[in-house]
Amino acid sequence: MLRQIDPDVVAAFPITPSTEVPQYFSQFVANGQVRTEFVAVESEHSAMSACIGAEAAGARTMTATSSQGLALMWEMLYIAASMRLPIVMTTVNRALSAPINIHNDHSDAMGARDSGWVQIYNENNQEAYDSLIMAIRVAEHADVQLPVMICYDGFITSHSVENIMLLEDDLVKSFVGEYKPQYSLLDKEHPVSMGMFDLPAFYFEHKRQQAEAIKNAKQVLIDVQNEFAKISGRQYGLFEEYKLDDADIAIVIANSTAGTAKDTVDMLREQGVKAGLLKIRLFRPFPADEIVKALSHVKAVAVMDKAEGFSAAGGPIFVDVRSAMYGKADGIKVINYIYGLGGRDVGVYDVKRVYDHLQTIADSGQIDNLYNYLGIRE
Amino acid sequence: MSEIKKIEEVNEDISWRDITPGGIAPWAGGAEAFTTGDWRTMRPVLIEDKCTGCLLCWPTCPDTSIMPTDDGKIKYDYDHCKGCGICVETDRS
Repeated sequence: MLRQIDPDVVAAFPITPSTEVPQYFSQFVANGQVRTEFVAVESEHSAMSACIGAEAAGARTMTATSSQGLALMWEMLYIAASMRLPIVMTTVNRALSAPINIHNDHSDAMGARDSGWVQIYNENNQEAYDSLIMAIRVAEHADVQLPVMICYDGFITSHSVENIMLLEDDLVKSFVGEYKPQYSLLDKEHPVSMGMFDLPAFYFEHKRQQAEAIKNAKQVLIDVQNEFAKISGRQYGLFEEYKLDDADIAIVIANSTAGTAKDTVDMLREQGVKAGLLKIRLFRPFPADEIVKALSHVKAVAVMDKAEGFSAAGGPIFVDVRSAMYGKADGIKVINYIYGLGGRDVGVYDVKRVYDHLQTIADSGQIDNLYNYLGIRE
Repeated sequence: MSEIKKIEEVNEDISWRDITPGGIAPWAGGAEAFTTGDWRTMRPVLIEDKCTGCLLCWPTCPDTSIMPTDDGKIKYDYDHCKGCGICVETDRS
């Protein structure tokens, strides 16, 4: 997909499990299949710094990272967003140290959720491919002008071999179009200064404007997804509802385990249990009203977080979902499950335990445990 | 994105809707519109009799606050000079 987009600049540093993204892409560069300037840097902090410089210069810029690499980018993530530079990055989700662990959870991207990047979570390779193409259009849209992070699960998705439908190269190129930034450092006819110093009289206004930009990303994503459906036949929403419209109990979940959970839903439906699922796609900005509406008819919901969050008051998705429901969907029982940290396998029957718990809560009307750890050894 | 504002329009009354995105300053030489030297604690003073007009101080000033004059010497732009003292260190006379 990077080859098809053919960005002007890719600056990246290898880190498991995102390494294959720049690795394969650098082969395309070496083979002359793209005209991209590939910048091999000495760290992820440098990778994001190089991306910021390139994007500020007016180049369409992309990168990839995981885990500690994303953590090392932290300072520059905020700068990319605040300078309104539409960089697109694949974030191949992996646990954070310590203890060191190369396997999948969402602690890396969840930690960056307040950095001002648009975040889109993806269940499988097809969705990640499609989202990355759409991300260019969302990021560069005049109403947004913000960086976009395309998140998918390390190894589970990144290293799985599955059949996907590719679009023709020409179709992708015409869909993403040519990048025409309003401001760029190389536009000598219109000289600009970027990365300016702001005193208290201006900083607040810039943050308010940035907040408006990420709010706009929701409608822009809807429009881009509708347009993408016309060329691909694949229609995406802000989130995906799976057998949710008549469900009594539901889980909210992001990325690959949503696929596993759909199998659980199918199994429970065969047993006559009205189970449903809401899969998070757009997480930043958070489509609060739409999610509340989609869940408004259920009796009990479990929000699944593949990141601890260490707030002692629930994981990050739980906090957002429950906060969104407060005052708008009162009476629905909402619980939190932390699951799969550090790549702990979560199967169909593990997810079934969550639905069993929800059924007990729905029947009794009482929440026994608000915060739960799926499959932890007590 | 919003249209490019004139530099005079970006003042402390500007709304968040109109301020330049990401703090971009789309004007060359925009520093002229802002007095940034007002927090200076020390200031360079030219001793006319000693200045030879060598201009060694001129390229070292981080704020381009040393301005050559027609009489072959210099004057200071106190609106932008931060009083860093680099020009004093450079001076040979």
